[in-house]
Amino acid sequence: MTGFLFARLLRAIVTLWAVLTLVFVLIHATGNPIAVLAPEQMDAAQRAALAAALGLNKPLLVQYGVFMGGVLHGNLGVSYYSNTPAMPLLLSRVPVTLELVGLAIGTAVAIGMPFGVFAALHPDSLADRALRGLSVLGASVPTFFVGIVLIFVFSVLTNVLPASGGGNIVHFIMPAITLAFFRIAFFTRLVRSSLLDSLSQQYVRTARAKGLSEAMVVLKHALRPAALPLVTVFGLQFGQLFAGTVITETIFALPGMNRMALEALFRLDYPIILSYVLVAAGMFVFINLVTDVLYGVIDPRVGHAR
Amino acid sequence: MLLSINDLSVRFATAAGTADAVASLSFAIEEGETLAIVGESGSGKSVSALAIMGLVPNPPGRVTSGQIVFRRRNGSTEDLLRASSARLRDIRGNEIAMVFQEPLAALSPVFTIGEQIAESLRLHQRKSHADAMRMAVRMLGSLGISEPEMRARSYPHQISGGMAQRVMIAMAMACRPRLLIADEPTTALDVTIQAEILSLIRQMKEETGMAVLFITHNLGVVAQIADRVAVMYAGRLVEEGPTKQIFSSPRMPYTSGLLASVPRLVTDDSPLVLSAIPGEPPSPLAHPRGCAFHPRCRYAVKGLCDTTPPPLRDLGNGQAARCLRIDEIVGGAT
Ligand SMILES: Nc1ncnc2c1ncn2[C@@H]1O[C@H](COP(=O)(O)OP(=O)(O)OP(=O)(O)O)[C@@H](O)[C@H]1O
Ligand SMILES: [Mg+2]
Repeated sequence: MTGFLFARLLRAIVTLWAVLTLVFVLIHATGNPIAVLAPEQMDAAQRAALAAALGLNKPLLVQYGVFMGGVLHGNLGVSYYSNTPAMPLLLSRVPVTLELVGLAIGTAVAIGMPFGVFAALHPDSLADRALRGLSVLGASVPTFFVGIVLIFVFSVLTNVLPASGGGNIVHFIMPAITLAFFRIAFFTRLVRSSLLDSLSQQYVRTARAKGLSEAMVVLKHALRPAALPLVTVFGLQFGQLFAGTVITETIFALPGMNRMALEALFRLDYPIILSYVLVAAGMFVFINLVTDVLYGVIDPRVGHAR
Repeated sequence: MLLSINDLSVRFATAAGTADAVASLSFAIEEGETLAIVGESGSGKSVSALAIMGLVPNPPGRVTSGQIVFRRRNGSTEDLLRASSARLRDIRGNEIAMVFQEPLAALSPVFTIGEQIAESLRLHQRKSHADAMRMAVRMLGSLGISEPEMRARSYPHQISGGMAQRVMIAMAMACRPRLLIADEPTTALDVTIQAEILSLIRQMKEETGMAVLFITHNLGVVAQIADRVAVMYAGRLVEEGPTKQIFSSPRMPYTSGLLASVPRLVTDDSPLVLSAIPGEPPSPLAHPRGCAFHPRCRYAVKGLCDTTPPPLRDLGNGQAARCLRIDEIVGGAT
């Protein structure tokens, strides 16, 4: 298990390094990084000063070293727009996005799991068919539409929830539901099929043959092997959502990381965009690492494979 | 009488129709006896065993008639088909245990071997985790597994099929059951391991005095292990009796065919005949009218065997057979 963890950690570090190098190459591929990094309104002297400050007059390899050093210190330049260091500025927006994503995934799991388990334990019952019908609906309604309907019902018509702004947990309720909507359906179907598959395995019959109660059979012997594919999907969904809440943050005017990145894109605020790429990539790598570790914990076969 | 099955019928609802997997089956097992059930693939052997365990998958399967009366340790009798699920759970894994055909698939991939053996002990004998684990290690040791402490901490993917079957036997034997059901426990294993597993089961039986219901295709195995044999065809019992008698004087042509299809390596230098019975077993969706075996039987007579279902006839000496022409084909058929 330790060897397995070490290998996965090494892979995570290598992946991050590869992303960083790619970013470095992309900046330099334009020929003149200053053209990318300096705001349009800078004059030649300022540009030269910036180039010197960033070490862009040095050989490429030295620049690479300086760039990596900067990254390690979280220094990716200054936002053109707000004139503050880009990375800290972006990082200040990360908690909002994390909270939103966490709430959305949490809601989807908290509802989707029991629905899925119920459907798997009563396959083809009326409830199962109803859930299946609902999940088709959930999967086919676009996110922005759910958000708009929620705003219309809870803010415009009844005024029980605020339509925009962040800071208070209340502001997260509708955006989280908006993001969870499709995923509740998705997780229900996933848990159902995964558990049905594991329930038909011979080791579940062995567990019954031992005289275990049906609850123990399901909770102890069927659910854990069934969790394996779920962990992968939860991880993927988390990563996907972390960099994919642009529409929701925009509709609900939440001050999240993705909205900032979108604004930066419109303004060509490269240091912010660079920081964003790094944070998103770092998050992906981190989630993959956590998924791998969870895999090893749930299934001993994984940890032992070289 | 330890277990007595009476008029057991099990049906499966399939897309193609209703399958009569087991039809009006009756047999009994005495305390300490080894009864072998033999028959071709699909004859209903596993389904009968699962019915005893209360594990017929439902849906699609359903027990449609019968009683399965089991005498418990405390002397009381219980109809397993009508017992409450709590009482059934109390018997399963405790007084009746089962060993399955594919040991590696029958073990959970996510728990250690020790934990899986200890589980029954904790459940039925209310042992503490530590005590149960110690007993599990001791069981593994007594089953001839080297370094039992280390093995108890391994996972099924780290062991061989033969070892896994020993683990299954340890699991089944943990609570010293009065009846062990072994459903083709050696089919998935190679020949040397097969012999080891068989002698292991015999050893366990001698130590505990349990009865064994042994399901197999392999008549060679039957000769080694069984006191009595029950032959199944198309979900029905077609012949039963003491092993020696069945082997020396089978009275149902199907049994004779089965015996003739055992490859005799030593005495015969003719090429191996693996099936002395022509044709295929009937589909459980549509059993032939009359005697289910008549389309494949060389003794079948038109107007008799294809119209009249033969009754199971008691022949004395504990032997019984289901054949309408039993008196005409005395001495069995070869
Ligand atoms: N899960 C199931 N679904 C539908 N039909 C089934 C199922 N299990 C068993 N059957 C039916 O029951 C019949 C008897 O099956 P069973 O498994 O008892 O045969 P068997 O004698 O154990 O054969 P084998 O030697 O191949 O193990 C089969 O022919 C099949 O039609
Ligand atoms: Mg079988």
